[in-house]
Amino acid sequence: MSADDPRSPSPRLAGSGFRFASEQSGAPLDDLYREVVLDHQRHPRGREPLARVDASAHGFNPVCGDEVEVRLALDAESVAGVQVTGRGCAICTASGSMLAELVPGLDVAEVFRLIEGFRDLLRGNEVPPELDLGDLAGLGGVARFPVRVKCAMLPWVTLEDAVRSHAIGHAAGVARAGKEEP
Amino acid sequence: MNADLGVEIRGQGSGERGDAGSLDARALRGRFPALGRLINGHRLVYLDNAATTHKPLAVLDAIERHYRLSNANVHRGVHTLAEEATAAYETCRHRVARFVGAADARQVVITRNATEALNLVARGWGARLGPGDEVVTTEMEHHSNLVPWIMLARERGVTLRHVPVTDDGELDLAAFARLLSARTRVVAVTAMSNVLGTINPVPEIAEMARRVGAVVVVDGAQSVPHLPVDFATLGADFLAFSAHKAYGPTGVGFLVGRLERLEEVEPVWGGGEMIREVHLDRATWNGLPHRLEAGTPNIAGAAAFPSALDLFEELGLGPVRVHEQGLVAYALDRLSSLGFLRVHGPLDPARRGGLVSFTDPDIHPHDQAQVLDNLGVAVRAGHHCAQPLMRRLGETATVRASFGVYSDHDDVDALVDGLMAARRYFGS
Ligand SMILES: Cc1ncc(COP(=O)(O)O)c(C=O)c1O
Repeated sequence: MSADDPRSPSPRLAGSGFRFASEQSGAPLDDLYREVVLDHQRHPRGREPLARVDASAHGFNPVCGDEVEVRLALDAESVAGVQVTGRGCAICTASGSMLAELVPGLDVAEVFRLIEGFRDLLRGNEVPPELDLGDLAGLGGVARFPVRVKCAMLPWVTLEDAVRSHAIGHAAGVARAGKEEP
Repeated sequence: MNADLGVEIRGQGSGERGDAGSLDARALRGRFPALGRLINGHRLVYLDNAATTHKPLAVLDAIERHYRLSNANVHRGVHTLAEEATAAYETCRHRVARFVGAADARQVVITRNATEALNLVARGWGARLGPGDEVVTTEMEHHSNLVPWIMLARERGVTLRHVPVTDDGELDLAAFARLLSARTRVVAVTAMSNVLGTINPVPEIAEMARRVGAVVVVDGAQSVPHLPVDFATLGADFLAFSAHKAYGPTGVGFLVGRLERLEEVEPVWGGGEMIREVHLDRATWNGLPHRLEAGTPNIAGAAAFPSALDLFEELGLGPVRVHEQGLVAYALDRLSSLGFLRVHGPLDPARRGGLVSFTDPDIHPHDQAQVLDNLGVAVRAGHHCAQPLMRRLGETATVRASFGVYSDHDDVDALVDGLMAARRYFGS
C-alpha cells in the first residue's frame, strides 16, 4: 500500500510500517485443527455413562451457546471415571474427549496441575517440563486463535467446578483465589 | 451538508453512480477502505453487515475533519468552533429526521446506539407502568429489545408476554391478537430479525396494538439501513436504530418518536445539557430532545453520520432493497441447493431482508466460520444475541451471512465455496 492509496488505513499508518497480523503470515488453520484434534472430534472418548456419579458440573459458553456436562466417579483421593457430554465446536469437543482420556486415575492435585498446564499452553506460556499433557499438546495451536481459547477451556473449567463441588476438592486443599477466566 | 461550515468537503458525491435499480456493488467497494484488505491472502469478503457495516471514505473524512477543524463542545459556547460543532451535530438530527420521515427534528433523540434508545424507552416511558400492565414483545427479538423489558418487569412488576415464532420463521399474528388486551401498554417488536431476516409487518402490528391503546416500539436496527422507512406512516410511537449498521460511526444511535410520546419520556440520565435551571436541591428539565441527551455526546460521530446518509440518498433505499433482495434470493438458492444445510427463516426473499442464517448438522458454526475466515470470508457464528430464538430453532448457534450495498454475487459464491471447503476439511 502506498501512502496515497485511498485504501491505505491512513497516510500515517501506511508510513509507519504497520501491518495487520493476518497479512504477515498465512493463517495456521492446520495448526488449529491438527490431526489429533480432528481424530478426537470425530471419535470423542468418554461419552459412556458412569455406573456411579459422585460429582458433576454444567459448563456453558454464553458467547457461542456451547454446553458441556462433566460427570465424575471419585475414589478417596483420585478420579476413578469421567463422562463428558454436550454440544460444542471441534475444539471444545476434542478438548473434552482428551480430558476424558487423561483425567481418570489422577489425584486432585494432579488434576489441578494439568488444568494449569493446559491454561499455560493456551496462553502461549511455557508448560512445566515435567507435566505430560498427552494429546492435549495437540491443542497448542489454539494459542494463536484467542477467541477459541474459551472453546478449549470449557470442558476443563467445568471439570474444575465438578471437583470443587465435592469434598475431595476441598480436602486436597487446593486453594485458588476465585475462578479465573481462561 | 455542512456547507454552512465553510469547510471544503472532499470525496463526497464523487464516485460511480449506479443506474437506477442496478447498483454497482463492486465500484462501491472502492469507497470503503477496509474492503480493500487481504485476509489470509484472500480478498476480504465481508458478510457480517448485520453486526456492523464498513464505513466509506466520506464518513472517515468527516470524522477526521471534525477533530481537525471544528472540534468543540456542543450547545455551550458562542465561539466559532462551538457554533460549527453545534451546527454539525444538529445537522445530523435534521438529516435523520428527513431520512426516516419524521416531520420535526425534535422527534430525533441522539443516543449511543439502538440499545440505548430501547433502554431509554423502557426506563423513561416505562416509568409510567406498574403491576397489572403488560408489555408484549416477541420470541425473535435481539436481547436489546428483551432485556430492557425484563428489567422493567423486575423493577415495576410489569407482566411480559411474547409473540411466538412460527416454523416458517414469521411472527404468529393470530397468537399476537390473542395476547392483546386493555392491559397491553407496550408492543415492542423488531422490524427485521437479525437472525431469520424476517421482515415483520410493522404497520399491521402497530394498527392492532393501537386498537388496544398500546404504545408501539420498533427496533429498526436491522431494517432502517436496508429497507425504505417512513416514520409518519409506520404507525410506531418509537423507532430505534444505530448509525454503525448504516455505514456510519460507532457510538451514535437514534430514538425517533412521536412528539407527544417523547414528551412522556422521563429523563433517565441527569447532567449537563438536559436541564434548564439547576439549584442545589432541584432542577427543571430542558425541552425536547435535549432533555433526553445528558452530557457531551459523540459529536464527531454525529457530525459524520450525514455522510453515510448521503450514500443512501445517492443510491436510494429502493434500489438498495432491490439489490439486497436479489442477493438474498441468490444466496437462498445456492445454499439450499448444497443439500447439507439447514437454512432458517422465510423462503420467500420478498419477506426477508438481506441476510441468511444456516447450520450444517455436521459442522459447528464456529468451525465453519474459522474455515471461512481462512478464505477471507467474514461471517458471524453464534447466537446473535437472540438466545430465546435459538432455543425456538433448536440450535445453540448458527452461521449468519449478511449483505450490504457493496456485497455482490461473487461474495455469495465465495461463501458457498468456503462452506464446501469446510465440508472437505472436516471430512464429512
Ligand atoms: C435487531 C437488533 N436490535 C438491536 C441491536 C443492537 O444494536 P446496537 O448494539 O448497535 O445497540 C442489533 C444489533 O446488534 C440488532 O440486530
